[in-house]
Amino acid sequence: MILVAALALILSMALVLARALRGPTRYDRILAANILGTKTALLIAVYGFLDGRPDFLDIALAYALINFTGVVAVLKYASLRRSGRRDGPGEA
Amino acid sequence: MLETLAGALLGIGILFTWAGAIGLLRFPDFHTRLHAAGVTETLGMGAIVAGLMLHAGLGQAALKLLLLGLFLFVTAPIASHALAAAARHGGLRPRAEEAGPSPKR
Repeated sequence: MILVAALALILSMALVLARALRGPTRYDRILAANILGTKTALLIAVYGFLDGRPDFLDIALAYALINFTGVVAVLKYASLRRSGRRDGPGEA
Repeated sequence: MLETLAGALLGIGILFTWAGAIGLLRFPDFHTRLHAAGVTETLGMGAIVAGLMLHAGLGQAALKLLLLGLFLFVTAPIASHALAAAARHGGLRPRAEEAGPSPKR
Protein backbone atom coordinates (compact mmCIF):
# COMPACT_ATOMS: atom_id res chain seq x y z
CA MET A 1 0.00 0.00 0.00
CA ILE A 2 2.85 2.36 0.73
CA LEU A 3 4.33 1.52 -2.66
CA VAL A 4 0.97 2.37 -4.24
CA ALA A 5 0.95 5.66 -2.36
CA ALA A 6 4.44 6.51 -3.61
CA LEU A 7 3.54 5.73 -7.22
CA ALA A 8 0.31 7.69 -6.96
CA LEU A 9 2.21 10.67 -5.56
CA ILE A 10 4.65 10.53 -8.48
CA LEU A 11 1.74 10.43 -10.93
CA SER A 12 0.07 13.44 -9.33
CA MET A 13 3.39 15.29 -9.45
CA ALA A 14 3.48 14.68 -13.20
CA LEU A 15 0.02 16.24 -13.52
CA VAL A 16 1.07 19.30 -11.51
CA LEU A 17 4.22 19.57 -13.64
CA ALA A 18 1.98 19.87 -16.70
CA ARG A 19 0.40 22.95 -15.13
CA ALA A 20 3.84 24.32 -14.26
CA LEU A 21 4.84 24.08 -17.91
CA ARG A 22 1.57 25.36 -19.35
CA GLY A 23 0.29 27.94 -16.85
CA PRO A 24 -0.20 31.16 -18.77
CA THR A 25 0.67 33.48 -15.90
CA ARG A 26 3.71 33.34 -13.67
CA TYR A 27 1.51 32.87 -10.61
CA ASP A 28 0.26 29.57 -12.01
CA ARG A 29 3.83 28.40 -12.23
CA ILE A 30 4.67 29.50 -8.71
CA LEU A 31 1.56 27.76 -7.41
CA ALA A 32 2.53 24.58 -9.20
CA ALA A 33 6.06 24.82 -7.79
CA ASN A 34 4.65 25.17 -4.27
CA ILE A 35 2.41 22.14 -4.71
CA LEU A 36 5.29 20.15 -6.18
CA GLY A 37 7.43 21.02 -3.17
CA THR A 38 4.77 19.83 -0.75
CA LYS A 39 4.33 16.61 -2.66
CA THR A 40 8.10 16.14 -2.72
CA ALA A 41 8.25 16.39 1.07
CA LEU A 42 5.48 13.77 1.29
CA LEU A 43 7.24 11.55 -1.23
CA ILE A 44 10.44 11.69 0.80
CA ALA A 45 8.53 10.68 3.93
CA VAL A 46 6.74 7.83 2.13
CA TYR A 47 9.97 6.62 0.58
CA GLY A 48 11.56 6.55 4.03
CA PHE A 49 8.85 4.16 5.10
CA LEU A 50 9.35 2.07 1.98
CA ASP A 51 13.05 1.69 2.55
CA GLY A 52 12.76 1.19 6.30
CA ARG A 53 14.83 4.27 7.13
CA PRO A 54 13.01 6.60 9.53
CA ASP A 55 15.74 9.26 9.18
CA PHE A 56 14.13 10.39 5.94
CA LEU A 57 11.43 12.10 7.99
CA ASP A 58 13.98 14.69 9.09
CA ILE A 59 14.80 15.38 5.45
CA ALA A 60 11.09 15.72 4.64
CA LEU A 61 10.62 18.21 7.48
CA ALA A 62 13.63 20.25 6.34
CA TYR A 63 12.40 20.26 2.75
CA ALA A 64 8.94 21.42 3.79
CA LEU A 65 10.57 24.38 5.55
CA ILE A 66 12.77 25.18 2.54
CA ASN A 67 9.82 24.95 0.17
CA PHE A 68 7.66 27.35 2.15
CA THR A 69 10.43 29.92 2.60
CA GLY A 70 11.36 29.68 -1.07
CA VAL A 71 7.83 30.20 -2.31
CA VAL A 72 7.29 33.28 -0.15
CA ALA A 73 10.65 34.68 -1.29
CA VAL A 74 9.84 34.10 -4.97
CA LEU A 75 6.46 35.78 -4.52
CA LYS A 76 8.11 38.92 -3.18
CA TYR A 77 10.21 38.98 -6.31
CA ALA A 78 7.58 37.88 -8.80
CA SER A 79 5.57 41.05 -9.17
CA LEU A 80 8.57 43.20 -10.05
CA ARG A 81 9.98 43.73 -13.50
CA ARG A 82 13.72 43.73 -14.13
CA SER A 83 13.84 47.51 -13.78
CA GLY A 84 12.24 47.18 -10.38
CA ARG A 85 8.85 48.51 -11.44
CA ARG A 86 5.70 46.49 -10.87
CA ASP A 87 4.24 44.98 -13.96
CA GLY A 88 1.18 43.04 -15.01
CA PRO A 89 0.39 39.41 -14.52
CA GLY A 90 1.01 38.42 -18.11
CA GLU A 91 3.81 36.37 -19.56
CA ALA A 92 6.31 34.04 -18.03
CA MET B 1 -6.74 -3.86 11.90
CA LEU B 2 -4.53 -0.85 12.34
CA GLU B 3 -2.86 -1.69 9.04
CA THR B 4 -6.16 -1.65 7.13
CA LEU B 5 -7.05 1.68 8.71
CA ALA B 6 -3.66 3.07 7.73
CA GLY B 7 -4.15 1.74 4.21
CA ALA B 8 -7.61 3.30 4.01
CA LEU B 9 -6.26 6.68 5.15
CA LEU B 10 -3.48 6.47 2.57
CA GLY B 11 -6.07 5.68 -0.09
CA ILE B 12 -8.21 8.66 0.89
CA GLY B 13 -5.11 10.86 0.84
CA ILE B 14 -4.21 9.65 -2.64
CA LEU B 15 -7.74 10.37 -3.90
CA PHE B 16 -7.70 13.92 -2.55
CA THR B 17 -4.21 14.54 -3.94
CA TRP B 18 -5.29 13.36 -7.38
CA ALA B 19 -8.45 15.47 -7.20
CA GLY B 20 -6.28 18.49 -6.47
CA ALA B 21 -3.87 17.74 -9.30
CA ILE B 22 -6.69 17.22 -11.81
CA GLY B 23 -8.39 20.39 -10.59
CA LEU B 24 -5.12 22.25 -11.04
CA LEU B 25 -5.14 21.18 -14.68
CA ARG B 26 -8.79 21.69 -15.49
CA PHE B 27 -9.92 24.87 -13.73
CA PRO B 28 -10.27 27.94 -15.94
CA ASP B 29 -8.64 30.68 -13.87
CA PHE B 30 -5.68 31.19 -11.54
CA HIS B 31 -7.78 31.95 -8.47
CA THR B 32 -9.95 28.85 -8.88
CA ARG B 33 -6.83 26.74 -9.37
CA LEU B 34 -5.36 28.27 -6.22
CA HIS B 35 -8.43 27.26 -4.27
CA ALA B 36 -8.47 23.72 -5.66
CA ALA B 37 -4.78 23.12 -5.12
CA GLY B 38 -4.61 24.60 -1.64
CA VAL B 39 -7.64 22.92 -0.12
CA THR B 40 -7.17 19.45 -1.55
CA GLU B 41 -3.43 19.47 -0.98
CA THR B 42 -3.91 20.21 2.72
CA LEU B 43 -6.54 17.50 3.09
CA GLY B 44 -4.64 14.90 1.08
CA MET B 45 -1.46 15.67 2.95
CA GLY B 46 -3.27 15.30 6.29
CA ALA B 47 -4.70 11.94 5.33
CA ILE B 48 -1.40 10.59 4.01
CA VAL B 49 0.47 11.75 7.11
CA ALA B 50 -2.21 10.23 9.37
CA GLY B 51 -1.99 6.93 7.49
CA LEU B 52 1.78 6.88 7.82
CA MET B 53 1.49 7.70 11.52
CA LEU B 54 -0.82 4.73 12.07
CA HIS B 55 1.59 2.56 10.13
CA ALA B 56 4.53 3.70 12.24
CA GLY B 57 2.87 3.12 15.60
CA LEU B 58 3.81 5.00 18.75
CA GLY B 59 7.34 6.34 18.72
CA GLN B 60 9.72 8.94 17.39
CA ALA B 61 8.69 8.48 13.75
CA ALA B 62 5.07 9.26 14.58
CA LEU B 63 6.14 12.42 16.41
CA LYS B 64 8.17 13.62 13.43
CA LEU B 65 5.28 12.88 11.11
CA LEU B 66 2.97 14.83 13.40
CA LEU B 67 5.35 17.79 13.27
CA LEU B 68 5.53 17.56 9.47
CA GLY B 69 1.75 17.40 9.21
CA LEU B 70 1.20 20.32 11.56
CA PHE B 71 3.78 22.44 9.77
CA LEU B 72 2.27 21.80 6.34
CA PHE B 73 -1.22 22.32 7.74
CA VAL B 74 -0.27 25.77 9.00
CA THR B 75 1.89 26.95 6.11
CA ALA B 76 -0.25 25.81 3.17
CA PRO B 77 -2.99 28.42 3.86
CA ILE B 78 -0.32 31.07 4.43
CA ALA B 79 1.27 30.27 1.08
CA SER B 80 -2.16 30.34 -0.61
CA HIS B 81 -2.88 33.75 0.88
CA ALA B 82 0.53 35.06 -0.17
CA LEU B 83 -0.09 33.79 -3.71
CA ALA B 84 -3.51 35.42 -3.90
CA ALA B 85 -2.16 38.70 -2.51
CA ALA B 86 0.77 38.71 -4.93
CA ALA B 87 -1.55 38.02 -7.86
CA ARG B 88 -3.80 40.85 -6.73
CA HIS B 89 -0.87 43.25 -6.48
CA GLY B 90 0.36 42.09 -9.85
CA GLY B 91 -2.95 43.02 -11.38
CA LEU B 92 -4.34 39.57 -12.07
CA ARG B 93 -8.09 39.94 -11.80
CA PRO B 94 -10.34 36.98 -10.98
CA ARG B 95 -12.60 35.95 -13.78
CA ALA B 96 -15.63 36.54 -11.60
CA GLU B 97 -14.87 40.24 -11.70
CA GLU B 98 -15.65 40.38 -15.40
CA ALA B 99 -19.28 40.76 -14.40
CA GLY B 100 -18.43 43.80 -12.31
CA PRO B 101 -15.85 44.94 -9.76
CA SER B 102 -15.90 43.75 -6.16
CA PRO B 103 -17.32 46.25 -3.68
CA LYS B 104 -14.59 48.35 -2.12
CA ARG B 105 -14.01 47.71 1.56
